[in-house]
Amino acid sequence: MRKPLLLALLLPLVACSANTTGTATTTSGGTAAPGKDSAAVGFIFVGPKDDYGYNQAAYQGSQEVAKAFPNLEVITAENVPEDDNAARVMNSMIAKGARIIFATSYGHLDAALKVAAEHPDVAVVQQGNLITTAVPANAGTFFGTVYEPVYLAGIAAGKATKSGKLGYVYAFPITQTIDNINAFELGAQSVNPAVKTYAVSTSSWCDPAKQAEAAANLLKQGVDVITQHQDCTATVIKATEAAGKFTVGYHADASAIAPKGWLTGSQWNWGPLYTDIVKTTLGGGFTGSKYNANFRVGYKTGENPFVQSPYGPMVDEATKSEIDKARELLKTGSPFAGPIKDQEGKIRIPEGTVPDYTTIEKIDYFVDGVVGTLPKA
Amino acid sequence: MSDLVVDVLTGAVRGGTAIMFAALGETLAERAGVVNLGTEGSMLVGALAGYAIAAETGSPWAGLAAGAVAGGLLALVHAVMVVWRRSDQFATGLTVMFLGLGLTSLFGAAYVGRAAPGFDPVAVPLLSDVPLLGEILFQHDPVTYLSFLAAPLLWWWLRSTRGGLLLRTAGERADVLHVHGYRPGLIRGAAVVAGGALAGIGGAQLATAYAHAWFEGMTAGRGFIAVSLVIFAAWRPLWVMAGSYLFGAALALAPALQARGISLNQFALDALPFLITLAILAILGRRTLRAAPEELRRVFT
Repeated sequence: MRKPLLLALLLPLVACSANTTGTATTTSGGTAAPGKDSAAVGFIFVGPKDDYGYNQAAYQGSQEVAKAFPNLEVITAENVPEDDNAARVMNSMIAKGARIIFATSYGHLDAALKVAAEHPDVAVVQQGNLITTAVPANAGTFFGTVYEPVYLAGIAAGKATKSGKLGYVYAFPITQTIDNINAFELGAQSVNPAVKTYAVSTSSWCDPAKQAEAAANLLKQGVDVITQHQDCTATVIKATEAAGKFTVGYHADASAIAPKGWLTGSQWNWGPLYTDIVKTTLGGGFTGSKYNANFRVGYKTGENPFVQSPYGPMVDEATKSEIDKARELLKTGSPFAGPIKDQEGKIRIPEGTVPDYTTIEKIDYFVDGVVGTLPKA
Repeated sequence: MSDLVVDVLTGAVRGGTAIMFAALGETLAERAGVVNLGTEGSMLVGALAGYAIAAETGSPWAGLAAGAVAGGLLALVHAVMVVWRRSDQFATGLTVMFLGLGLTSLFGAAYVGRAAPGFDPVAVPLLSDVPLLGEILFQHDPVTYLSFLAAPLLWWWLRSTRGGLLLRTAGERADVLHVHGYRPGLIRGAAVVAGGALAGIGGAQLATAYAHAWFEGMTAGRGFIAVSLVIFAAWRPLWVMAGSYLFGAALALAPALQARGISLNQFALDALPFLITLAILAILGRRTLRAAPEELRRVFT
């Protein structure tokens, strides 16, 4: 989900050269089940496969697919921009025999739908976004309920803070991020009602210098637990650790660089879900399956690909048992179970309502207790 | 309120330092008559070399030296091309920038997420206790303190030493040097390389003192900002220093406001540094060009 400007300028060139064979693609009749008996599967990533974050986790998932299906060729492409070039890269994968495509970044959706429309015999699944129109027979989106482990981590933060101020460094106000910030605050509130979460945006998925400035300012304001939604995470964690404050991780277990202040965090485990999607599709059962929709998994189904990171040494047993209790509740409930108030104090989700995943993915306001303003679109 | 001002000014020094090193380097090159758009690339290779060597040797000072060497070496490519091969300065500079981006993306992957020792803030005894100014200026990392000396030193060197005179002459009237038996090409080349080394130090400061991390493309355009700064500072080192802090302040304003929960349009705040740059360039207009070194004006027009 990271798109450095310069790479964005450079990559169209790479993508074009990779596409020379893509134009010759033929589509077989619409009768074949999409992706059935495909010889190859393609994965596109928006960033490098070794970013210690979102893209690395997705790449690892693709390698687990390779392990699970030794006869299947796994084609991967890194640094694929979130525009029409993504369609070209996917087309070149199709030309190489891939009839199952994973488009793993939020902004890859438009290109994925375009490719799906052009190739009815190819199953295209997109990670993290939401198809808002009718879902085509050969497409779907999937994601974990990332905000659930973030809610649990919020409990650890709410218990650990002494100042009652938590910090959240984020990139852009997309719904995924808004849900995470809200869930973090709600988790913290559940054990510490007066706690506030200060949200600071860097307007970039990875600009370490801006992250350093954000962390410095949050720490100066007395924030003593910092978490983030950034693609590269080391800068904020190191600044927090150097100040002797607490870290809640995101994307990966980074306790190695915060041995004292690490509380817990959330991290990805895509392997099982990717493998199951490929299995279903190879068998010809994609259309009409749960993956031929906006598929969301969470603690309700017990197969969330986003899992809680290990605890650090500062988390006491009482906190751990609070989190265990909350995890049980999430199996039937939601971090967003009503009543949920927005920053103006208006009730947005009434008492007694447990919103479904789609409703949660459309939340466009910060909840009461978050300090910060969402830019108006 | 005064507390907000202190935070923004402290952030201005924190964020402006890397830009200042790069802009002082660009000043050297341009005063000698060469525009180096590859400064962004020199910052990047400096950032990677600084971080990587700090990680390998355990010494951030060794990293800083490596950053200077790497930035200088990349600038040498630019120097050879434009001074001796007489290639177009703008096209070459951009290509050198992309070379730096490509090289660091290739060799940098191993250092993403890797731990390395860095420069930590050291409060200067006594001075750091001075109200307001102490916090703004004297609670930073050692490289920032070096930067306080760099601009005045460069100003003095350009103005009062024989070396400075030769460099300025290379930028104003290269023919005069010929007459006196000097080789203006050599002087220009040396100025470009030294400028690249300063940009490399800026990059190393960014990676080992400010962000404490290496990541692909982490300079995020700061090298280009440095180039535009030199123009609006009219090629004067002390104005470059002031301009770097102005830019640093514009970058520091958004997080300082947000951490207080003050709501302003985020996108407007992000555009602020660039709007300030444009505004100053617009106000100065052609006046900036009149201050340009004679030989440089030929490059521009």
